[in-house]
Amino acid sequence: MYGYSGKILHIDLTTRKTWVETKPEAWYKIYIGGVSMAARLLWENIKPGCEPLSPDNPICIANGIFAGTPVPVGGKYGLASKSPLTGFMGDSLSGSWFSVALKRTGWDGIVIHGASTEWVNVFIDDGRVMFRDARKLLGKGTFETEEAIREELLDDQVRSATIGPAGENLVRYANVTNDGRQAGRTGHGAVWGSKKLKAVSVRGTKGVVVADPETLMKLSFDITQQAQGPYTVKYRVLGTATSVLKMNAMGLLPTRNFQQGVFEMADRVSGEYLDEHFKIKKIACAQCPIACEQVSAAKQGMYAGARTGIEYECLFANGPNLGIGDLNAVIKLIDIADRGGQDAMSQGVTISWAMESFERGVFTKEDFKSAKYPDGFEPNFGNGEAAVALAEMIRDREGIGDLLAEGTRIASRRVDAERGTESYKWAMNIKGLENPGYDARALKTFSVGLAAGTRGGCHNRSAAYDPDIQGEVDRFTIDETRGRVAADSEEYAAVYDTLPLCKFIRRCFTGKADRAGAWPTIAALINATTGWDFDYDAVDLIGVRAHTIKKAFNIREGWTRADDHLPYRWHHDPMKEGASAGYVVTEEELEYLKDLYYEAKGWTPEGLIPKAKLIELGMDDVAEAIGV
Amino acid sequence: MVTSTSRYAYIACDATKCIGCQLCEYICSYTKTGEYNSYRSRIRTVRVDEILITAVACRTCEDAPCVIACTRDALSQDPETGIIHVDAERCDGCAWCIEACDFGAISINPATKMAEICDLCEGEEDGPQCVKWCPKDALELTTPDQRAQKARHKLIHEEVHGPR
Repeated sequence: MYGYSGKILHIDLTTRKTWVETKPEAWYKIYIGGVSMAARLLWENIKPGCEPLSPDNPICIANGIFAGTPVPVGGKYGLASKSPLTGFMGDSLSGSWFSVALKRTGWDGIVIHGASTEWVNVFIDDGRVMFRDARKLLGKGTFETEEAIREELLDDQVRSATIGPAGENLVRYANVTNDGRQAGRTGHGAVWGSKKLKAVSVRGTKGVVVADPETLMKLSFDITQQAQGPYTVKYRVLGTATSVLKMNAMGLLPTRNFQQGVFEMADRVSGEYLDEHFKIKKIACAQCPIACEQVSAAKQGMYAGARTGIEYECLFANGPNLGIGDLNAVIKLIDIADRGGQDAMSQGVTISWAMESFERGVFTKEDFKSAKYPDGFEPNFGNGEAAVALAEMIRDREGIGDLLAEGTRIASRRVDAERGTESYKWAMNIKGLENPGYDARALKTFSVGLAAGTRGGCHNRSAAYDPDIQGEVDRFTIDETRGRVAADSEEYAAVYDTLPLCKFIRRCFTGKADRAGAWPTIAALINATTGWDFDYDAVDLIGVRAHTIKKAFNIREGWTRADDHLPYRWHHDPMKEGASAGYVVTEEELEYLKDLYYEAKGWTPEGLIPKAKLIELGMDDVAEAIGV
Repeated sequence: MVTSTSRYAYIACDATKCIGCQLCEYICSYTKTGEYNSYRSRIRTVRVDEILITAVACRTCEDAPCVIACTRDALSQDPETGIIHVDAERCDGCAWCIEACDFGAISINPATKMAEICDLCEGEEDGPQCVKWCPKDALELTTPDQRAQKARHKLIHEEVHGPR
C-alpha cells in the first residue's frame, strides 16, 4: 500500500501500554484521512454517552494522505474527540511540521486512551513510544513548550502538539497547538488536559514513498506555480483579514456581540491597516507554498511585544465583536489565546457575552474582581484593558474567568439559573460552539449550514456563506434550492478536510474552485500517491462519507432535530443599521430550511440516516448502529 | 558571524523571503534518494520560532574545513565547482566533517550512515532542484561576489529611499 502504512498506533495513558492495529486498504478507501478518519477512529473507540472530560473519551489523530510529500498544502492532520463544548463530534484540523514528522514515523493514525496520573509528554520516536515526565513543562505556553521539548531532545525535527495553561486548566475551548498552528475549535485542549497529556511529540525518520512519483512531482510543481498567482492573492498579500472591510460593507461584520453588523472603526482593524502598521513576516505551514499567516506584532504602548499570526476569524472575535478598534489590543488578545492555548474565536465571543451581560446589568463591577483588580473592573464594549484581563482570567480560571472558561452556553445557563436573568438571548453559539464572523441573519443559506453543522457554529465545515456573499443566491430570502446548496457546500468542504488539503489551494488546480475544476486534479493526486483509481465520483464520495460518519456519531450521542438551532438573537433581534439591517431568520424559515436540507441529504424528516443510505456508502456497521 | 570565503557558487537562502514550507527538503531528498525525507535532505530548513526561518546547504568554502577534518580522506573538493564529494568507500560516518562545518550544512544519512553534502544537483539538467521549486524565490544559486553586489545595491537604495 502506498501513501499509508496500514497501521494505527494505540496508546493507553492509564496502563502505559501500546498496541498496533492494522487496517485493510478498503477501510482507508472509505475514510481516507484527516477529519474523516479521525471521526471514524472516534466512532470505533469511544463508549457512547461518555463524559467528554473523562478517561473514556479518546484522542484520535489521523494524518493526511499527502503529508510529507510536495503536494501543496497537504501537510495537515485531523484530530477528533467528543467535544467538551458541544457534547457532540469535536473535529479539528491543524497543519505543518507535526503532520509531516508524524507521517515519517509510519503511523497513519494514533488513538490515545485513558488518563495519566502525572503530567506526561508522549514521545513517538519512529516505532517507539516513550512516556516522558512533563511536570516541568506545566504552566508553559504552547510555543514555549514545543521549544523546551526540542531543547531537551536536541533535535529540530522533533515536532510537538501541545496544550498551554488553558488546556491544563480545562478551559472548555482550550485547543491543541503545533508549529504555531492550532487544532483550534471544539475544545481538544481540555480533553488533553483531562488526561494530563501536556504534549505529543513525534520524530519520524522514515522516507515517504508514493506510487507514481513522476506524476506527483509534475502536478505538484504546476500547482505550486499557480499558487503564486492571482488565485491565492487574497491569502498571500493581506491574508484573510482583508475580509474585515468587505464584511463591514455588507453589514455582516459581527460587532459588539453580534448586536451590530457594521463597526465604525473597521478601517482601523482592517487587513489593510494591519498590513501597513503591524505586520512583520509572512509564514507558511510545512508543505505550503502560499504562506497566508500574517505574523503581526504590537510595537508600542502597553501591549508592545505581543506577537502572533492574525487572520480574520480571530480578529473579528477579539476586535469589532468586542467594540475594540485598537489593533494593539487585538493582537494582545490573540497572543494570549495562542500562547495560552485557547480558541481565540470562542474566547472573543465569550468575552463579548460577558460585556453585553455587564452592560445589561446581569453582572456588576463586583463580579469582575481579580488579583490584579481587587476592586473589580467595568468591562464595557471597547475596553481593551478589561478584555485582556478577562482573556487571562479565562486562561487561568481566575475569578469570573472560571465561569467564562465554560463557554457561552454553559455560562449563560448557569448565570440565568442562579440570577433569574435571560443572558441566553445573547449567548452566540450553536450546539455550544461560539459562532464565526459572519452574521447569518442576512446569509440565509449559511444559516442552515451553521444550524445543521455537526460541530456547531463553524465557518470551516460549511462554506454556505460563499454562495450568499458571492451573490449566487439571494442572501436575504430563502427558496427551495437552499437545502441542496448547503448540503453541497459542506460535502465539498469535507473533501478538503479529509485529504486534508487546505482550502486556500482550491482555485489553483484549474482556476475554478468548483467540483469540476478541482476533483479531476485531486483524483490524479490521490492516484499518484496511492496507486488507486479514484475518479470524480470517488472524490465526491469522500466528502459525503466524511460528513456522514460525523453525523452518525452525533446521532449515537443522542442528537435530535432540535439540536440544529440558531442563537436566539438571530431569530428575534434584527440589526438596526448597515446593509443587512432589518433581517432575521424566523423560526419558520429555519424549520423549512432544515426540511430542505435533510431531504437533500437523503435523510428522514427527523434528520436521521436511513440504513440503506449508510449501506450504499459502505458503512454497514454504522447502519446497524444508528440507521433507521 | 561566520561567512563563506568562497569564490564558488552555493545555494543561499534569503531569510526574509523564506516562509518555512520545507519544500526544499522534500525536493532534495526525492532528487537524491527517491523518497521524501527531511532527514535525507542535503538542504535543511530551520524554524526555531514563528519568524526565525531559513534553509541552509553547503557553502562550498575554499580550503573547506570539512575536507581538512576528514581523517579518512573520504571528502574531496572539485577545484572547478567547489563541490564537496563524499567517497562512499572511505566514509565511515564518524561525523568529524559535521563538527568542522560552521554552517551546519552536513548531515549523516540515517539509512546509509554516511555524510551527505549538497552537490548543487550537478547531475541535473536544470540545476539545483530546490532553487527550481522554491515558491518564494528565497533560494538562489549564487556566489559571495554576487551577493556582495546585491548588498551594495540594497545599501544605495536604502540610503536614498530609506529602509523598506
